[in-house]
Amino acid sequence: MSHDVDIDHVSMRYPGSQRFAVTDVHVRIKPGEFFSFLGPSGCGKTTLLRLVAGFIEPTQGEIRIDGKDMRGIGPNKRPTAMIFQNLALFPLMTVAENIAFGLEVRGVSAAKRRKRAEALLELVDLPGMAAKKVSDLSGGQRQRVAIARALAVEPAVLLLDEPLSALDLKLRQHMRSELRKIQRRTGVTFIYITHDQGEALNMSDRVGVMSEKGQLEQVAAPDVLYNEPATIFVADFVGENNAFRVSVREQVGDWAVLETPFGMLKGRNPQGLTSGRRATAFVRPEAISVVENSAAADNFVPCTVENLSFEGAFITVVLKAAGDQSFVMRQNNDGSAPRLKAGAKVQIGFRADNTLLLTNGEQSGA
Amino acid sequence: MMSSDTTLKVLTGGYLFLFFAYLFLPLIFMAIVAFNTSSIPQVSPWEGFTLKWFGELFSDAQMWDGLLNSIIVGAAVVVISVPIGLGGATLLVRLHFKARDFLYALLVSPILTPGIILGISTFLFWDRWVNVTGGLWTAIMGQSTFISAYCMLLIMARAQRFDLTQEEAAFDLGANHRQVFWKITLPFLKPAIISSCALAFMQSFENYNTTLFAIGFKQTLPIYIGTKLRVFISPAMNALAVILIVLTITGALVYELVRRRETAQAHAADERQL
Amino acid sequence: MRSFWQNAVRIFGPIGLTYISITVGAWLLFMILIPQLIMIDFSMRPLLPLRKIGGPEDIWTLRNYMVLFTNELHRAIFLKTIWSSIIVTSVALAICYPISFYLAKVTRGARLGWLMIGLIIPYWINELLRLFAWQLILADAGILNKLLMLLGFIAEPLNFRAGNSAVIVGMAYAYILFMVFPLYNAMESLDRNQLDAARDLGSSWLRIHWRIVVPHAKPGIAVGCIMTFMLAAGSIAAPQLLGSPSSFWFTEVIYTNFETANWNQGAAYATVLALLCLVFIFVMLRVFRVSLKELAQ
Ligand SMILES: Nc1ncnc2c1ncn2[C@@H]1O[C@H](COP(=O)(O)OP(=O)(O)O)[C@@H](O)[C@H]1O
Ligand SMILES: [Mg+2]
Repeated sequence: MSHDVDIDHVSMRYPGSQRFAVTDVHVRIKPGEFFSFLGPSGCGKTTLLRLVAGFIEPTQGEIRIDGKDMRGIGPNKRPTAMIFQNLALFPLMTVAENIAFGLEVRGVSAAKRRKRAEALLELVDLPGMAAKKVSDLSGGQRQRVAIARALAVEPAVLLLDEPLSALDLKLRQHMRSELRKIQRRTGVTFIYITHDQGEALNMSDRVGVMSEKGQLEQVAAPDVLYNEPATIFVADFVGENNAFRVSVREQVGDWAVLETPFGMLKGRNPQGLTSGRRATAFVRPEAISVVENSAAADNFVPCTVENLSFEGAFITVVLKAAGDQSFVMRQNNDGSAPRLKAGAKVQIGFRADNTLLLTNGEQSGA
Repeated sequence: MMSSDTTLKVLTGGYLFLFFAYLFLPLIFMAIVAFNTSSIPQVSPWEGFTLKWFGELFSDAQMWDGLLNSIIVGAAVVVISVPIGLGGATLLVRLHFKARDFLYALLVSPILTPGIILGISTFLFWDRWVNVTGGLWTAIMGQSTFISAYCMLLIMARAQRFDLTQEEAAFDLGANHRQVFWKITLPFLKPAIISSCALAFMQSFENYNTTLFAIGFKQTLPIYIGTKLRVFISPAMNALAVILIVLTITGALVYELVRRRETAQAHAADERQL
Repeated sequence: MRSFWQNAVRIFGPIGLTYISITVGAWLLFMILIPQLIMIDFSMRPLLPLRKIGGPEDIWTLRNYMVLFTNELHRAIFLKTIWSSIIVTSVALAICYPISFYLAKVTRGARLGWLMIGLIIPYWINELLRLFAWQLILADAGILNKLLMLLGFIAEPLNFRAGNSAVIVGMAYAYILFMVFPLYNAMESLDRNQLDAARDLGSSWLRIHWRIVVPHAKPGIAVGCIMTFMLAAGSIAAPQLLGSPSSFWFTEVIYTNFETANWNQGAAYATVLALLCLVFIFVMLRVFRVSLKELAQ
């Protein structure tokens, strides 16, 4: 069973607070989707999740689950189940009692509860742990118990609030694929929130990026998000990016010729910015390479090598161009790229379709 | 010459010895008197060992009457104060409102008020105003006024350590308010509630000031002791003191042992978590 | 206001909110506020024969309070009670400060556990019995007189109970533990590293206490002093058991009023006693520069 979740122009301001924690978020999450909200700490992710769970009610807007307006329906009556940031397992109960809690309060018989708890422990790969105390479990095992406990009530939507943040790196990576597996097996709609873009891009069908202001900046599949950021915030926040100020010299269809302190460049112009507009251009470190001459690349910038840092599989090079503009370049450590020294004068180049032009404010075109 | 550290050690040791001697010698002295045959309570002259003062104590109907009343009052105070303390603690810990600090000050004010004032005001309210004669009921009311505050503080201390997301998780899994309370909140608060039952009974059992003014012509054990000590001092009171001291020591030891076992268990659990 | 109740219902549920309203409401109204107000009402009415109550003479007046100023004996007793209670409080603080610090920051482990039991046991023993012990010690034929005579300091037994000293000694003994626990609690939360750091910087112990421990323990000191003062000023058992006619305590004046069925006068003096404790609380808060909120912790 899985439902769609329609978050319809939802805003939330806490009583007594001046500012909105969530501002006009509008997105429809499809049934059976693994959807992540990604954003920096304090951007309103938890608030949004608690709105969906029903712990708080939106100041404006409506939340519909399976087409039904959820206003006035408490968390115990919604078809959602939440996995809390701190897991919130019940320390005085055994693993099985934790998992069966949702069934117990629904009056399910003890025998049925036990069977269901065992099946769920199987699902989350913890067979035979039923009688253990919660305090006897490791971090990863608790994680699984929390998931099993939430799944026990057969929710149509599972809400996960940074559930992996307390785990160490190795376990976190492992749990990512586990979560994805469980989601596929159960087919439940997952709404996952995190400030870790690796997690969001890695697990999700689609990701919604939220800005500090509590606004939803862009909703897209992970690869689209990375390759086609729609706003300056997303371009900055998701992955690493070199940003530089430019002004548009000429609009040529979906492209633009850009004027910069280090010469003319060409880039993609999805917002259709017209000549004379000031904007920010982005190019990713891995899209930059050292080139021999201006013919070897669409865009060509003379630079000085400032410093190099060796990171094993690749080398990060910081360069400086005219107008005090820094560039970060990533070279693969496979011997294909020329070895650089600090202070050396080099030319870097990148393709026009890797150069993306964005502005804040109104989007012209169309 | 001694180093300053050694001096400090000797001084500390001496002080500790004097402090605990000061604390215990009077009690030990009082206990010894209970076994002296002399009918004036004193250690010297020692007129021989006897247990007759215990006999005198046990044959005193007044004492049994006071004891019975004390137990009745104590039980009633537990029944009244602990639920009130629970209500107050829940309110203050969970609901944040403007007048919260003011309400808190009002609710703990009985602890900071001299007991006789609580006794007087309770008596005036019930006896003179509602027309309920001063007796066990007014004593219960007077004592509960401040004992509820102790219970509240005790329960609050634990409630503040409660992880609220546990309740939210329970709600989210479909429990209603009643189920959340009985299955999640109450089990967490249980140790504090049990302690507050014990504390409430003990506070009531030894209360003198409030009871003296509230109880009218009835008497509890402390009122009986007070009257005896003022009017006619007999070594029977020392016998009573011995009994109460032995009970207290037993209680304190049991309490401490239970507490130690619990902390040891908690530690073990913590270590397993790491 | 509406959102307040909505919020409350959301947090506690309807049954929970009803429970809290009834328990806390009854406590606040019928046990704390109304009885106090009635006592104040009584205190402001003249003592009248039954048939005149509610009549034209039954008006509010401060006459009962004025007695405190006109009756020289009562006034002297009142002032003496304040003064002696301050002495009791100071003595208790002086005796308890070192032991509290020792328990909170010097010793640990099993030793701490046993010392705590050693404190708790006398704390749990009835106040009357603690005072009784001193009644025996300070009696004319008591152990102290016998000891002093044996050692040849005195020839005749001293009457310790003639003045206030017996009452003060008994109180300092009986209420000492109400000073220890607040002090201990406040000092316990002090970071040991702070002490080590100060010691490392060459601070003397006296200075460490004055500059680090005392400022940290201020709320605890304030609570301990407030409790001890309140218990001393409001004590009736100690003066009854250890006092003599010459060492009348203010609470005994109140008690006599009630014994003679002068409720109104008694209520007025009780109100004065309550005010005295209130004033003392505010003085303590000012002296130690702590807020009511800090006290609560
Ligand atoms: N209960 C609350 N009352 C008032 N403000 C809150 C409350 N919870 C969160 N906030 C505020 O709302 C904003 C968003 O918080 P939150 O949703 O927890 O962010 P995130 O989960 O993305 O870190 C923050 O500025 C936070 O201070
Ligand atoms: Mg959060």
